[in-house]
Amino acid sequence: MFKKIFLYSLITNFFFTKKIFAAESGGMPQLDPEFWISQIFWLVLTFGVLYIVLSKLILPKISANLELRKSQIQENIEAAEKQRESSEAKLKEFDGIILKSKIEAKNIFKDAREKVIKNINSKKETLDKQIDDEIKKAEVEIDTLRQSAPEKINKIAVVTSTEILKKLIGAEVNNSSISAIVDDLVKKNGDKYYGH
Amino acid sequence: MAANPMTQFEVYRIGPEIKVGAFDISFTNASLFMVISSLAILIIFNLGSKKNSILPNKIQLLAELSYSFVSKMISDTAGSKAKPYFSFIFSLFMFVLFCNMFGMIPYTFTVTSHIIVTFILAAFIFIGVTVIGFIKHGFGYLKLFVPSGVPIVLLPLIVVIEIISYLSRPISLSVRLFANMMAGHTMMKVFGGFVVSLGIVGGWLPLSFSVALTGLEILVAFLQAYVFAILTCIYLNDALNLHH
Repeated sequence: MFKKIFLYSLITNFFFTKKIFAAESGGMPQLDPEFWISQIFWLVLTFGVLYIVLSKLILPKISANLELRKSQIQENIEAAEKQRESSEAKLKEFDGIILKSKIEAKNIFKDAREKVIKNINSKKETLDKQIDDEIKKAEVEIDTLRQSAPEKINKIAVVTSTEILKKLIGAEVNNSSISAIVDDLVKKNGDKYYGH
Repeated sequence: MAANPMTQFEVYRIGPEIKVGAFDISFTNASLFMVISSLAILIIFNLGSKKNSILPNKIQLLAELSYSFVSKMISDTAGSKAKPYFSFIFSLFMFVLFCNMFGMIPYTFTVTSHIIVTFILAAFIFIGVTVIGFIKHGFGYLKLFVPSGVPIVLLPLIVVIEIISYLSRPISLSVRLFANMMAGHTMMKVFGGFVVSLGIVGGWLPLSFSVALTGLEILVAFLQAYVFAILTCIYLNDALNLHH
């Protein structure tokens, strides 16, 4: 039902509009020369004014603006390039400084180490010498003590023998005779007693 | 009710009749839209060139993009010698574009849908290009009609064809723009009339067609302005750099 009405209206309306067009169309207004002169006049006037104002006032400004922007951007790029270069140079400088200071630090460390080692060595040497001296002194002392020991022992032996004899016999004994006996004994068995 | 699709092209007087001698130069609706288009161009580009900031605002960007667009178009087709004619081609392109675009607004008048307007523009371009050609190359400009590398037997025919094609330039240039504008607007009017006459029941089909057609016509409005300008550049190229 709806479809039928739709189709019907479509067809009738189409014919209707067709008839209207046929009745009203009376050629193209473009070909009517009534206002040609007016159109030419106003076209020349408006387009002329437009051209003059654009070419004398506006377009040079836009062109200048564009040029200015271009040059400004170029300048900025150049400045940035320069700054980059300078920062690179500074970076190199810093690297150099760091390298130098590293080497210096190494040298200082080395020097200090050598100094310390030298110091230790020298101290060690002096200490060794001292120790050697002390040992020698002690040895000498021991030697002298050892050499003097038999005499003292002999003396002690003589004194003790005389004292013992005095107590045993109750008479004075000649010291010299006892010392002669001790000397004799020492001569006979001295090696056994003193380890010579 | 559907009106005659051609009534939109009718020119009528606005205000009093102005006569200079035998010529009627009254202010008409066509004149009104020429003035509006020119004023719109001047206002937009004046605003777009007033301030110069490194980061352009929208209207400045529009002006500068248009500038570089036309500048590139000229240097691509006519080379660097065409630079002095930049202002003219820029004005021409903008004028045609704005007239076309203003015509797309309902109830407005399309200036470029009148053959007399497009023909005057095309004739001016034709005469200007011919004069430039003769100034630059003297009578050597006539070599344009004698292509090199053509057999001598064919030469008379070729020369005749070349001359005819050269002389038909203003006609083809003006008719192309005028016919495109007129046909597009007529079609839109016809489909608009169908919407009204078919009513709520059947009007949807022509309505959707009308919407699509509006988009197409906006494209055509731009394209025809571009074609008009680029053909001017090509003709100028012939006059400036004689290749034949």
